[in-house]
Amino acid sequence: MSENGSVAAATWEQVELARHPDRPYALDYIHAIFSDFFELHGDRVFGDDHAIIGGPAAFDKRTVMVIAQQKGRTTAERALRNFGMANPEGYRKALRLIKQAERFRFPIVALVDTSGAFPGAGAEERGIAWAIADNLVALAEARVPIVTLVIGEGGSGGALGIGVGDRLLMMEHSIYSVAMPEACASILWRDIARKVEAADALKLTAADLKRLGLADEIVPEPPGGAQNDFGVATDAAGAALRRHLGALETIEIDRLVEERYQRYRKIGAEAP
Amino acid sequence: MFRPKTRYVALPSPRAGVGEEIDRLTCPKCDTSLEPARLTAALGVCYRCGYHFRLRAPERIAMLVEPGSFREEDQQITAKDVLGFKDSQPYSKRIEQSRAATGANEAVIWGEATLAGHRLVIVCLDFAFMGGSMGAATGEKITNGIERALQSHLPLLIISASGGARMQEGMLSLMQLAKTAAALGRLGAAGVPYISLLTDPTMGGVTASFASLGDVILAEPGAMIGFAGARVIQQATYETLPEGFQTAEFLWRHGMIDLVVPRPELPAVLRQLLDLYIKNGIVKDFELQKPAKTSAPVSVVPR
Repeated sequence: MSENGSVAAATWEQVELARHPDRPYALDYIHAIFSDFFELHGDRVFGDDHAIIGGPAAFDKRTVMVIAQQKGRTTAERALRNFGMANPEGYRKALRLIKQAERFRFPIVALVDTSGAFPGAGAEERGIAWAIADNLVALAEARVPIVTLVIGEGGSGGALGIGVGDRLLMMEHSIYSVAMPEACASILWRDIARKVEAADALKLTAADLKRLGLADEIVPEPPGGAQNDFGVATDAAGAALRRHLGALETIEIDRLVEERYQRYRKIGAEAP
Repeated sequence: MFRPKTRYVALPSPRAGVGEEIDRLTCPKCDTSLEPARLTAALGVCYRCGYHFRLRAPERIAMLVEPGSFREEDQQITAKDVLGFKDSQPYSKRIEQSRAATGANEAVIWGEATLAGHRLVIVCLDFAFMGGSMGAATGEKITNGIERALQSHLPLLIISASGGARMQEGMLSLMQLAKTAAALGRLGAAGVPYISLLTDPTMGGVTASFASLGDVILAEPGAMIGFAGARVIQQATYETLPEGFQTAEFLWRHGMIDLVVPRPELPAVLRQLLDLYIKNGIVKDFELQKPAKTSAPVSVVPR
Protein backbone atom coordinates (compact mmCIF):
# COMPACT_ATOMS: atom_id res chain seq x y z
CA MET A 1 0.00 0.00 0.00
CA SER A 2 1.55 3.24 -1.05
CA GLU A 3 -1.30 5.57 -1.89
CA ASN A 4 -2.78 8.22 0.37
CA GLY A 5 -4.57 6.91 3.38
CA SER A 6 -2.83 3.57 3.25
CA VAL A 7 -1.71 3.92 6.85
CA ALA A 8 -5.26 4.59 7.97
CA ALA A 9 -6.45 1.62 5.89
CA ALA A 10 -3.89 -0.62 7.57
CA THR A 11 -5.07 0.57 10.99
CA TRP A 12 -8.66 -0.14 10.03
CA GLU A 13 -7.64 -3.65 9.03
CA GLN A 14 -6.40 -4.12 12.61
CA VAL A 15 -9.73 -2.89 13.97
CA GLU A 16 -11.58 -5.39 11.79
CA LEU A 17 -9.25 -8.21 12.81
CA ALA A 18 -9.72 -7.35 16.49
CA ARG A 19 -13.48 -7.65 15.93
CA HIS A 20 -13.33 -10.73 13.66
CA PRO A 21 -16.34 -12.92 14.50
CA ASP A 22 -14.25 -16.10 14.27
CA ARG A 23 -11.57 -14.89 16.65
CA PRO A 24 -11.01 -16.88 19.83
CA TYR A 25 -13.06 -15.41 22.65
CA ALA A 26 -12.34 -15.43 26.38
CA LEU A 27 -13.71 -18.94 27.02
CA ASP A 28 -11.56 -20.31 24.19
CA TYR A 29 -8.47 -18.91 25.90
CA ILE A 30 -9.64 -19.99 29.34
CA HIS A 31 -10.25 -23.60 28.36
CA ALA A 32 -6.99 -23.81 26.40
CA ILE A 33 -4.73 -22.21 29.02
CA PHE A 34 -6.23 -23.14 32.40
CA SER A 35 -7.77 -26.28 33.82
CA ASP A 36 -10.68 -26.74 36.23
CA PHE A 37 -12.13 -23.29 35.56
CA PHE A 38 -15.07 -22.93 37.94
CA GLU A 39 -17.35 -20.12 36.86
CA LEU A 40 -18.79 -18.01 39.64
CA HIS A 41 -22.07 -16.25 38.96
CA GLY A 42 -23.80 -13.14 40.18
CA ASP A 43 -22.93 -9.87 41.83
CA ARG A 44 -24.90 -10.66 45.04
CA VAL A 45 -26.72 -7.37 44.57
CA PHE A 46 -28.93 -7.51 41.52
CA GLY A 47 -28.16 -10.18 38.96
CA ASP A 48 -25.71 -12.10 36.83
CA ASP A 49 -24.13 -10.51 33.81
CA HIS A 50 -22.99 -12.93 31.13
CA ALA A 51 -20.84 -10.33 29.38
CA ILE A 52 -18.32 -10.60 32.21
CA ILE A 53 -17.42 -14.06 33.42
CA GLY A 54 -14.96 -15.22 36.01
CA GLY A 55 -13.89 -17.63 38.65
CA PRO A 56 -10.94 -19.60 39.96
CA ALA A 57 -8.96 -21.84 37.64
CA ALA A 58 -5.81 -23.94 37.88
CA PHE A 59 -2.75 -22.58 36.11
CA ASP A 60 0.34 -24.75 36.54
CA LYS A 61 0.73 -25.25 40.30
CA ARG A 62 -1.34 -22.28 41.40
CA THR A 63 -4.92 -21.13 41.36
CA VAL A 64 -5.62 -17.90 39.53
CA MET A 65 -8.75 -15.77 39.50
CA VAL A 66 -9.88 -15.28 35.92
CA ILE A 67 -12.00 -12.23 35.08
CA ALA A 68 -12.95 -11.91 31.43
CA GLN A 69 -15.24 -10.25 28.96
CA GLN A 70 -17.04 -12.78 26.80
CA LYS A 71 -18.63 -12.17 23.41
CA GLY A 72 -21.06 -14.60 21.84
CA ARG A 73 -20.51 -16.64 18.69
CA THR A 74 -24.07 -17.66 17.80
CA THR A 75 -26.99 -15.27 17.63
CA ALA A 76 -28.43 -16.70 20.83
CA GLU A 77 -25.13 -16.46 22.62
CA ARG A 78 -24.55 -12.93 21.41
CA ALA A 79 -27.88 -11.94 22.93
CA LEU A 80 -27.02 -13.76 26.17
CA ARG A 81 -23.61 -12.07 26.32
CA ASN A 82 -25.05 -8.71 25.25
CA PHE A 83 -22.32 -8.58 22.57
CA GLY A 84 -19.72 -8.45 25.32
CA MET A 85 -21.04 -5.16 26.70
CA ALA A 86 -21.41 -5.43 30.45
CA ASN A 87 -23.96 -3.80 32.72
CA PRO A 88 -23.11 -2.66 36.27
CA GLU A 89 -23.76 -6.22 37.50
CA GLY A 90 -20.84 -7.47 35.45
CA TYR A 91 -18.44 -4.96 36.99
CA ARG A 92 -19.81 -5.66 40.48
CA LYS A 93 -19.35 -9.40 39.94
CA ALA A 94 -15.78 -8.61 38.89
CA LEU A 95 -15.35 -6.58 42.08
CA ARG A 96 -16.55 -9.54 44.11
CA LEU A 97 -13.96 -11.72 42.38
CA ILE A 98 -11.18 -9.16 42.91
CA LYS A 99 -11.90 -9.11 46.65
CA GLN A 100 -12.06 -12.89 46.73
CA ALA A 101 -8.78 -13.17 44.84
CA GLU A 102 -7.15 -11.00 47.51
CA ARG A 103 -8.61 -13.09 50.30
CA PHE A 104 -7.21 -16.32 48.89
CA ARG A 105 -4.08 -14.81 47.31
CA PHE A 106 -5.05 -15.83 43.81
CA PRO A 107 -3.20 -13.81 41.17
CA ILE A 108 -5.69 -12.17 38.82
CA VAL A 109 -5.70 -12.79 35.07
CA ALA A 110 -8.01 -10.40 33.22
CA LEU A 111 -8.98 -11.01 29.60
CA VAL A 112 -10.32 -7.87 27.95
CA ASP A 113 -12.67 -8.07 24.97
CA THR A 114 -15.41 -5.46 24.80
CA SER A 115 -16.42 -2.57 22.60
CA GLY A 116 -17.37 -0.81 25.83
CA ALA A 117 -19.68 -0.88 28.80
CA PHE A 118 -23.33 -1.22 27.80
CA PRO A 119 -24.93 2.11 26.88
CA GLY A 120 -28.42 1.48 28.25
CA ALA A 121 -30.90 3.32 30.44
CA GLY A 122 -30.84 0.55 33.04
CA ALA A 123 -27.05 0.62 33.17
CA GLU A 124 -27.18 4.34 33.94
CA GLU A 125 -29.91 3.89 36.57
CA ARG A 126 -27.86 1.26 38.33
CA GLY A 127 -24.68 3.35 38.23
CA ILE A 128 -22.44 1.90 35.52
CA ALA A 129 -19.90 4.70 36.04
CA TRP A 130 -19.92 4.08 39.80
CA ALA A 131 -19.30 0.36 39.28
CA ILE A 132 -16.38 0.96 36.92
CA ALA A 133 -14.79 3.57 39.18
CA ASP A 134 -15.00 1.22 42.18
CA ASN A 135 -13.14 -1.44 40.18
CA LEU A 136 -10.39 1.00 39.21
CA VAL A 137 -9.73 1.59 42.89
CA ALA A 138 -10.05 -2.09 43.85
CA LEU A 139 -7.63 -3.22 41.14
CA ALA A 140 -5.15 -0.47 41.95
CA GLU A 141 -5.12 -1.60 45.60
CA ALA A 142 -5.42 -5.37 45.18
CA ARG A 143 -2.63 -7.15 47.04
CA VAL A 144 -2.12 -9.84 44.43
CA PRO A 145 -0.32 -9.80 41.07
CA ILE A 146 -2.54 -8.80 38.14
CA VAL A 147 -1.88 -9.48 34.46
CA THR A 148 -4.23 -8.02 31.87
CA LEU A 149 -4.39 -9.46 28.36
CA VAL A 150 -6.40 -7.72 25.66
CA ILE A 151 -7.59 -10.50 23.36
CA GLY A 152 -9.77 -8.51 20.96
CA GLU A 153 -11.35 -5.12 21.56
CA GLY A 154 -10.38 -2.92 24.48
CA GLY A 155 -13.18 -0.37 24.53
CA SER A 156 -12.75 2.64 26.81
CA GLY A 157 -13.81 2.67 30.45
CA GLY A 158 -15.66 -0.58 29.90
CA ALA A 159 -12.34 -2.32 29.25
CA LEU A 160 -10.45 -0.44 31.95
CA GLY A 161 -13.09 -1.52 34.47
CA ILE A 162 -11.40 -4.94 34.59
CA GLY A 163 -8.12 -3.79 33.02
CA VAL A 164 -5.99 -2.12 35.69
CA GLY A 165 -2.98 -4.24 36.62
CA ASP A 166 0.75 -4.82 36.85
CA ARG A 167 1.25 -5.83 33.24
CA LEU A 168 -0.69 -5.05 30.08
CA LEU A 169 -0.27 -7.61 27.32
CA MET A 170 -1.97 -7.32 23.96
CA MET A 171 -2.63 -9.94 21.34
CA GLU A 172 -0.96 -8.85 18.11
CA HIS A 173 -4.20 -7.88 16.38
CA SER A 174 -6.06 -6.53 19.37
CA ILE A 175 -6.91 -2.87 19.88
CA TYR A 176 -7.39 -0.67 22.94
CA SER A 177 -8.88 2.78 22.69
CA VAL A 178 -10.24 5.68 24.72
CA ALA A 179 -13.32 5.44 22.50
CA MET A 180 -14.33 3.17 19.64
CA PRO A 181 -13.50 4.78 16.28
CA GLU A 182 -17.19 5.11 15.37
CA ALA A 183 -17.91 7.02 18.58
CA CYS A 184 -14.85 9.21 18.14
CA ALA A 185 -15.78 10.01 14.53
CA SER A 186 -19.29 10.85 15.59
CA ILE A 187 -18.05 13.18 18.34
CA LEU A 188 -15.12 14.93 16.63
CA TRP A 189 -16.10 14.83 12.95
CA ARG A 190 -19.84 14.58 13.59
CA ASP A 191 -19.77 11.89 10.91
CA ILE A 192 -19.54 8.20 11.70
CA ALA A 193 -18.18 7.52 8.19
CA ARG A 194 -14.88 9.09 9.27
CA LYS A 195 -14.22 6.07 11.49
CA VAL A 196 -11.17 4.98 9.47
CA GLU A 197 -9.44 8.33 10.03
CA ALA A 198 -10.54 8.31 13.65
CA ALA A 199 -9.09 4.82 14.19
CA ASP A 200 -5.76 5.97 12.83
CA ALA A 201 -5.71 9.19 14.85
CA LEU A 202 -6.56 7.40 18.13
CA LYS A 203 -3.39 5.25 18.05
CA LEU A 204 -5.20 2.15 19.22
CA THR A 205 -3.28 -0.83 17.81
CA ALA A 206 -1.17 -3.14 19.96
CA ALA A 207 1.93 -1.71 18.27
CA ASP A 208 0.78 1.85 19.09
CA LEU A 209 0.28 1.01 22.75
CA LYS A 210 3.67 -0.65 22.92
CA ARG A 211 5.26 2.46 21.37
CA LEU A 212 3.44 4.69 23.87
CA GLY A 213 4.86 2.60 26.69
CA LEU A 214 1.39 1.53 27.84
CA ALA A 215 1.55 -2.12 26.73
CA ASP A 216 4.39 -4.31 28.02
CA GLU A 217 4.30 -7.01 25.39
CA ILE A 218 2.65 -7.94 22.13
CA VAL A 219 1.65 -11.60 21.99
CA PRO A 220 2.14 -12.97 18.47
CA GLU A 221 -0.78 -14.43 16.55
CA PRO A 222 -0.68 -16.94 13.69
CA PRO A 223 -0.36 -15.47 10.16
CA GLY A 224 -3.50 -13.56 9.21
CA GLY A 225 -4.84 -13.50 12.79
CA ALA A 226 -5.84 -15.68 15.72
CA GLN A 227 -8.98 -16.88 13.94
CA ASN A 228 -6.79 -18.96 11.61
CA ASP A 229 -5.37 -21.14 14.36
CA PHE A 230 -6.77 -20.96 17.89
CA GLY A 231 -4.07 -23.28 19.24
CA VAL A 232 -1.19 -21.11 18.15
CA ALA A 233 -2.81 -18.00 19.62
CA THR A 234 -3.82 -19.57 22.92
CA ASP A 235 -0.42 -21.26 23.34
CA ALA A 236 1.35 -17.95 22.85
CA ALA A 237 -1.05 -16.24 25.26
CA GLY A 238 -0.56 -18.98 27.86
CA ALA A 239 3.21 -18.77 27.60
CA ALA A 240 3.16 -14.97 28.00
CA LEU A 241 0.82 -15.14 31.00
CA ARG A 242 2.99 -17.83 32.62
CA ARG A 243 6.15 -15.77 32.14
CA HIS A 244 4.71 -12.49 33.43
CA LEU A 245 2.86 -14.03 36.38
CA GLY A 246 6.01 -15.91 37.33
CA ALA A 247 8.03 -12.70 37.33
CA LEU A 248 5.41 -10.74 39.30
CA GLU A 249 5.17 -13.46 41.94
CA THR A 250 8.81 -12.93 42.88
CA ILE A 251 8.12 -9.29 43.81
CA GLU A 252 7.30 -8.55 47.43
CA ILE A 253 3.62 -7.52 47.59
CA ASP A 254 4.04 -4.02 49.10
CA ARG A 255 6.55 -3.20 46.40
CA LEU A 256 4.31 -4.66 43.72
CA VAL A 257 1.35 -2.50 44.77
CA GLU A 258 3.61 0.57 44.93
CA GLU A 259 5.01 -0.17 41.48
CA ARG A 260 1.48 -0.58 40.15
CA TYR A 261 0.60 2.83 41.57
CA GLN A 262 3.66 4.40 39.95
CA ARG A 263 2.93 2.64 36.67
CA TYR A 264 -0.25 4.71 36.31
CA ARG A 265 1.01 7.71 38.23
CA LYS A 266 3.71 8.42 35.67
CA ILE A 267 1.39 8.36 32.63
CA GLY A 268 1.12 11.97 31.56
CA ALA A 269 3.30 13.23 34.40
CA GLU A 270 5.34 16.35 33.74
CA ALA A 271 9.03 15.82 33.18
CA PRO A 272 10.88 17.22 36.23
CA MET B 1 -33.60 18.68 55.12
CA PHE B 2 -33.54 19.64 51.50
CA ARG B 3 -35.39 17.44 49.04
CA PRO B 4 -35.07 17.91 45.30
CA LYS B 5 -37.93 20.00 43.99
CA THR B 6 -39.76 18.90 40.90
CA ARG B 7 -39.41 22.29 39.30
CA TYR B 8 -35.73 21.59 38.86
CA VAL B 9 -36.26 18.32 37.03
CA ALA B 10 -35.47 17.92 33.34
CA LEU B 11 -33.82 21.22 32.70
CA PRO B 12 -32.49 21.40 29.19
CA SER B 13 -28.75 21.41 28.99
CA PRO B 14 -27.69 24.21 26.68
CA ARG B 15 -24.82 23.56 24.34
CA ALA B 16 -22.76 26.12 26.12
CA GLY B 17 -19.67 27.21 24.32
CA VAL B 18 -16.74 29.34 25.25
CA GLY B 19 -17.88 32.86 25.98
CA GLU B 20 -21.24 31.87 27.32
CA GLU B 21 -20.27 33.43 30.61
CA ILE B 22 -20.08 36.92 29.13
CA ASP B 23 -23.42 36.69 27.40
CA ARG B 24 -25.82 35.43 29.99
CA LEU B 25 -28.73 37.47 28.91
CA THR B 26 -31.36 34.91 28.09
CA CYS B 27 -32.19 31.92 30.23
CA PRO B 28 -32.06 28.79 28.08
CA LYS B 29 -34.81 27.23 30.16
CA CYS B 30 -37.46 29.89 30.62
CA ASP B 31 -36.32 32.27 27.88
CA THR B 32 -36.44 35.22 30.25
CA SER B 33 -34.20 38.16 29.51
CA LEU B 34 -31.90 38.44 32.48
CA GLU B 35 -30.04 41.44 33.80
CA PRO B 36 -26.39 40.42 34.07
CA ALA B 37 -25.90 42.23 37.38
CA ARG B 38 -28.90 40.58 38.99
CA LEU B 39 -27.89 37.20 37.57
CA THR B 40 -24.41 37.56 39.01
CA ALA B 41 -25.86 38.54 42.36
CA ALA B 42 -27.98 35.37 42.13
CA LEU B 43 -24.77 33.31 41.70
CA GLY B 44 -25.56 32.50 38.09
CA VAL B 45 -28.94 31.00 38.91
CA CYS B 46 -31.88 32.29 36.84
CA TYR B 47 -33.94 34.37 39.21
CA ARG B 48 -37.11 33.45 37.34
CA CYS B 49 -36.89 29.65 37.00
CA GLY B 50 -33.89 28.49 39.01
CA TYR B 51 -31.88 27.33 36.03
CA HIS B 52 -28.22 26.93 37.01
CA PHE B 53 -25.87 28.45 34.46
CA ARG B 54 -22.50 26.87 33.95
CA LEU B 55 -19.65 28.61 35.69
CA ARG B 56 -16.00 29.07 34.83
CA ALA B 57 -13.67 27.44 37.32
CA PRO B 58 -12.29 30.72 38.76
CA GLU B 59 -15.84 32.09 39.21
CA ARG B 60 -16.86 28.92 40.98
CA ILE B 61 -13.94 28.96 43.37
CA ALA B 62 -14.37 32.68 44.09
CA MET B 63 -18.00 31.98 44.96
CA LEU B 64 -17.10 29.34 47.54
CA VAL B 65 -13.86 30.16 49.29
CA GLU B 66 -12.83 32.96 51.60
CA PRO B 67 -11.64 35.91 49.51
CA GLY B 68 -7.95 35.79 48.70
CA SER B 69 -7.46 32.38 50.30
CA PHE B 70 -7.06 30.36 47.11
CA ARG B 71 -3.46 29.57 46.09
CA GLU B 72 -3.42 28.09 42.63
CA GLU B 73 -0.88 25.35 41.89
CA ASP B 74 0.45 23.88 38.66
CA GLN B 75 -0.74 26.87 36.65
CA GLN B 76 1.98 26.23 34.08
CA ILE B 77 0.91 22.66 33.27
CA THR B 78 -0.74 22.54 29.88
CA ALA B 79 -1.85 19.96 27.35
CA LYS B 80 0.60 18.47 24.86
CA ASP B 81 -0.17 16.87 21.53
CA VAL B 82 1.72 13.65 22.11
CA LEU B 83 -0.11 11.61 19.45
CA GLY B 84 0.00 14.22 16.67
CA PHE B 85 -3.80 14.02 16.64
CA LYS B 86 -5.72 15.71 13.87
CA ASP B 87 -9.45 15.78 13.20
CA SER B 88 -10.87 18.74 11.29
CA GLN B 89 -7.89 20.60 12.70
CA PRO B 90 -4.73 19.64 14.55
CA TYR B 91 -5.06 19.14 18.29
CA SER B 92 -2.10 21.44 18.88
CA LYS B 93 -4.12 24.22 17.26
CA ARG B 94 -7.18 23.39 19.36
CA ILE B 95 -5.06 23.66 22.50
CA GLU B 96 -3.80 27.08 21.41
CA GLN B 97 -7.31 28.26 20.61
CA SER B 98 -8.67 27.03 23.92
CA ARG B 99 -5.90 28.71 25.81
CA ALA B 100 -6.50 31.98 23.99
CA ALA B 101 -10.26 31.84 24.38
CA THR B 102 -10.32 30.87 28.05
CA GLY B 103 -7.13 32.36 29.43
CA ALA B 104 -6.53 29.00 31.09
CA ASN B 105 -3.80 26.46 30.42
CA GLU B 106 -5.91 23.42 31.09
CA ALA B 107 -9.44 22.21 31.82
CA VAL B 108 -8.83 22.18 35.57
CA ILE B 109 -7.40 24.43 38.26
CA TRP B 110 -6.48 23.42 41.79
CA GLY B 111 -4.96 24.72 44.96
CA GLU B 112 -5.42 25.10 48.69
CA ALA B 113 -8.04 27.47 50.01
CA THR B 114 -10.06 28.26 53.11
CA LEU B 115 -13.75 27.46 53.18
CA ALA B 116 -15.89 28.05 56.25
CA GLY B 117 -12.75 28.39 58.31
CA HIS B 118 -11.37 25.05 57.12
CA ARG B 119 -8.24 24.70 55.03
CA LEU B 120 -8.88 22.29 52.14
CA VAL B 121 -7.67 21.28 48.68
CA ILE B 122 -10.05 22.35 45.95
CA VAL B 123 -9.93 21.00 42.40
CA CYS B 124 -12.28 22.55 39.88
CA LEU B 125 -12.84 21.52 36.27
CA ASP B 126 -13.57 24.13 33.65
CA PHE B 127 -16.05 23.14 30.96
CA ALA B 128 -15.07 26.14 28.84
CA PHE B 129 -11.68 24.57 28.13
CA MET B 130 -12.30 21.81 25.59
CA GLY B 131 -15.50 20.72 27.27
CA GLY B 132 -13.70 20.09 30.54
CA SER B 133 -12.28 16.96 28.93
CA MET B 134 -9.61 15.00 30.79
CA GLY B 135 -6.31 14.64 29.00
CA ALA B 136 -2.95 13.70 30.48
CA ALA B 137 -2.23 17.20 31.83
CA THR B 138 -5.74 17.44 33.29
CA GLY B 139 -5.33 14.08 35.00
CA GLU B 140 -1.90 15.09 36.24
CA LYS B 141 -3.22 18.25 37.88
CA ILE B 142 -6.16 16.42 39.46
CA THR B 143 -3.81 13.72 40.79
CA ASN B 144 -1.43 16.35 42.15
CA GLY B 145 -4.39 17.87 43.99
CA ILE B 146 -5.41 14.51 45.43
CA GLU B 147 -1.85 13.76 46.50
CA ARG B 148 -1.58 17.17 48.17
CA ALA B 149 -4.70 16.37 50.18
CA LEU B 150 -3.15 13.04 51.10
CA GLN B 151 0.21 14.50 52.11
CA SER B 152 -1.15 17.46 54.04
CA HIS B 153 -4.19 15.64 55.46
CA LEU B 154 -6.51 18.31 54.15
CA PRO B 155 -10.04 17.47 53.04
CA LEU B 156 -10.56 17.41 49.29
CA LEU B 157 -13.31 19.02 47.23
CA ILE B 158 -13.44 18.22 43.51
CA ILE B 159 -15.97 20.09 41.38
CA SER B 160 -16.62 18.27 38.11
CA ALA B 161 -17.82 19.69 34.78
CA SER B 162 -16.68 17.54 31.92
CA GLY B 163 -17.69 15.72 28.78
CA GLY B 164 -15.34 12.87 29.71
CA ALA B 165 -11.96 11.66 28.55
CA ARG B 166 -10.22 13.78 25.90
CA MET B 167 -10.31 11.92 22.58
CA GLN B 168 -7.30 13.77 21.19
CA GLU B 169 -4.94 12.14 23.66
CA GLY B 170 -6.24 8.63 23.06
CA MET B 171 -5.16 6.01 25.57
CA LEU B 172 -3.11 8.55 27.53
CA SER B 173 -6.46 10.12 28.44
CA LEU B 174 -8.09 6.82 29.34
CA MET B 175 -5.26 5.96 31.70
CA GLN B 176 -6.00 9.12 33.69
CA LEU B 177 -9.14 7.36 34.93
CA ALA B 178 -6.94 4.71 36.53
CA LYS B 179 -4.44 7.27 37.78
CA THR B 180 -6.96 9.53 39.54
CA ALA B 181 -8.89 6.56 40.94
CA ALA B 182 -5.72 4.97 42.33
CA ALA B 183 -4.80 8.23 44.07
CA LEU B 184 -8.30 8.49 45.57
CA GLY B 185 -7.98 4.91 46.80
CA ARG B 186 -4.97 6.01 48.84
CA LEU B 187 -6.77 9.11 50.06
CA GLY B 188 -9.70 7.01 51.23
CA ALA B 189 -7.42 4.50 52.94
CA ALA B 190 -5.75 7.39 54.76
CA GLY B 191 -9.08 8.59 56.10
CA VAL B 192 -8.97 11.97 54.38
CA PRO B 193 -12.50 13.00 53.39
CA TYR B 194 -13.34 13.71 49.75
CA ILE B 195 -16.44 15.63 48.73
CA SER B 196 -17.37 15.38 45.04
CA LEU B 197 -19.60 18.07 43.57
CA LEU B 198 -21.09 17.22 40.18
CA THR B 199 -22.14 20.12 37.99
CA ASP B 200 -23.56 20.36 34.50
CA PRO B 201 -22.38 18.29 32.71
CA THR B 202 -20.43 15.40 34.25
CA MET B 203 -20.17 12.54 31.78
CA GLY B 204 -18.13 9.61 30.50
CA GLY B 205 -14.74 8.81 31.91
CA VAL B 206 -14.89 11.55 34.52
CA THR B 207 -18.03 10.02 36.03
CA ALA B 208 -16.40 6.59 35.76
CA SER B 209 -13.42 7.68 37.83
CA PHE B 210 -12.87 10.45 40.38
CA ALA B 211 -16.30 12.11 40.17
CA SER B 212 -18.21 9.09 41.48
CA LEU B 213 -15.67 8.18 44.17
CA GLY B 214 -16.55 10.86 46.71
CA ASP B 215 -17.22 9.96 50.33
CA VAL B 216 -20.07 12.40 49.85
CA ILE B 217 -21.41 13.19 46.40
CA LEU B 218 -23.36 16.39 45.81
CA ALA B 219 -24.84 17.69 42.59
CA GLU B 220 -26.35 20.91 41.33
CA PRO B 221 -30.02 20.92 40.32
CA GLY B 222 -30.66 19.88 36.75
CA ALA B 223 -27.04 18.91 36.06
CA MET B 224 -26.63 16.21 33.40
CA ILE B 225 -24.67 13.37 34.95
CA GLY B 226 -23.98 9.96 33.45
CA PHE B 227 -21.67 7.65 31.60
CA ALA B 228 -22.98 7.16 28.07
CA GLY B 229 -24.74 10.09 26.42
CA ALA B 230 -28.49 9.94 25.85
CA ARG B 231 -28.02 10.02 22.07
CA VAL B 232 -25.64 7.06 22.17
CA ILE B 233 -28.06 5.11 24.36
CA GLN B 234 -30.94 5.80 22.03
CA GLN B 235 -28.93 4.78 18.98
CA ALA B 236 -27.77 1.58 20.67
CA THR B 237 -31.01 0.45 22.26
CA TYR B 238 -33.93 2.39 20.70
CA GLU B 239 -35.11 2.81 24.29
CA THR B 240 -37.46 5.60 25.22
CA LEU B 241 -35.60 7.42 27.92
CA PRO B 242 -37.56 8.46 30.99
CA GLU B 243 -38.36 12.06 31.77
CA GLY B 244 -35.42 13.77 33.40
CA PHE B 245 -33.04 10.92 32.48
CA GLN B 246 -29.49 11.48 33.77
CA THR B 247 -30.34 14.64 35.68
CA ALA B 248 -29.01 15.13 39.19
CA GLU B 249 -32.51 14.44 40.52
CA PHE B 250 -32.72 11.20 38.54
CA LEU B 251 -29.43 10.03 40.05
CA TRP B 252 -30.55 11.01 43.53
CA ARG B 253 -33.70 8.92 43.14
CA HIS B 254 -31.56 5.96 42.07
CA GLY B 255 -29.26 6.27 45.05
CA MET B 256 -26.18 7.43 43.18
CA ILE B 257 -25.69 10.78 44.92
CA ASP B 258 -26.29 12.04 48.42
CA LEU B 259 -27.90 15.40 47.84
CA VAL B 260 -29.01 17.82 45.16
CA VAL B 261 -27.92 21.24 46.34
CA PRO B 262 -29.09 24.54 44.84
CA ARG B 263 -26.09 26.81 44.39
CA PRO B 264 -27.04 29.36 47.06
CA GLU B 265 -27.19 26.57 49.68
CA LEU B 266 -23.81 25.12 48.74
CA PRO B 267 -21.62 27.07 51.20
CA ALA B 268 -23.78 26.02 54.14
CA VAL B 269 -23.82 22.38 53.05
CA LEU B 270 -20.05 22.33 52.57
CA ARG B 271 -19.51 23.99 55.93
CA GLN B 272 -21.64 21.36 57.65
CA LEU B 273 -19.86 18.49 55.90
CA LEU B 274 -16.38 19.82 56.58
CA ASP B 275 -17.28 20.37 60.23
CA LEU B 276 -18.61 16.83 60.56
CA TYR B 277 -15.99 14.96 58.61
CA ILE B 278 -12.95 16.39 60.31
CA LYS B 279 -14.39 16.79 63.79
CA ASN B 280 -12.72 13.61 65.03
CA GLY B 281 -9.49 14.52 63.29
CA ILE B 282 -7.78 12.94 60.33
CA VAL B 283 -5.63 9.89 60.87
CA LYS B 284 -2.04 11.00 60.74
CA ASP B 285 1.07 9.18 59.61
CA PHE B 286 -0.95 6.53 57.86
CA GLU B 287 1.34 4.01 56.24
CA LEU B 288 0.41 3.38 52.63
CA GLN B 289 1.85 -0.10 52.74
CA LYS B 290 -0.61 -1.28 55.33
CA PRO B 291 -3.87 -2.74 54.10
CA ALA B 292 -6.66 -0.41 55.20
CA LYS B 293 -8.64 -3.03 57.07
CA THR B 294 -5.89 -4.01 59.51
CA SER B 295 -4.40 -0.61 60.28
CA ALA B 296 -5.46 1.06 63.47
CA PRO B 297 -5.30 4.85 63.71
CA VAL B 298 -1.79 5.71 64.81
CA SER B 299 -2.47 9.18 66.04
CA VAL B 300 -5.06 11.80 65.51
CA VAL B 301 -4.56 15.38 64.44
CA PRO B 302 -6.02 17.59 67.15
CA ARG B 303 -8.35 20.24 65.88
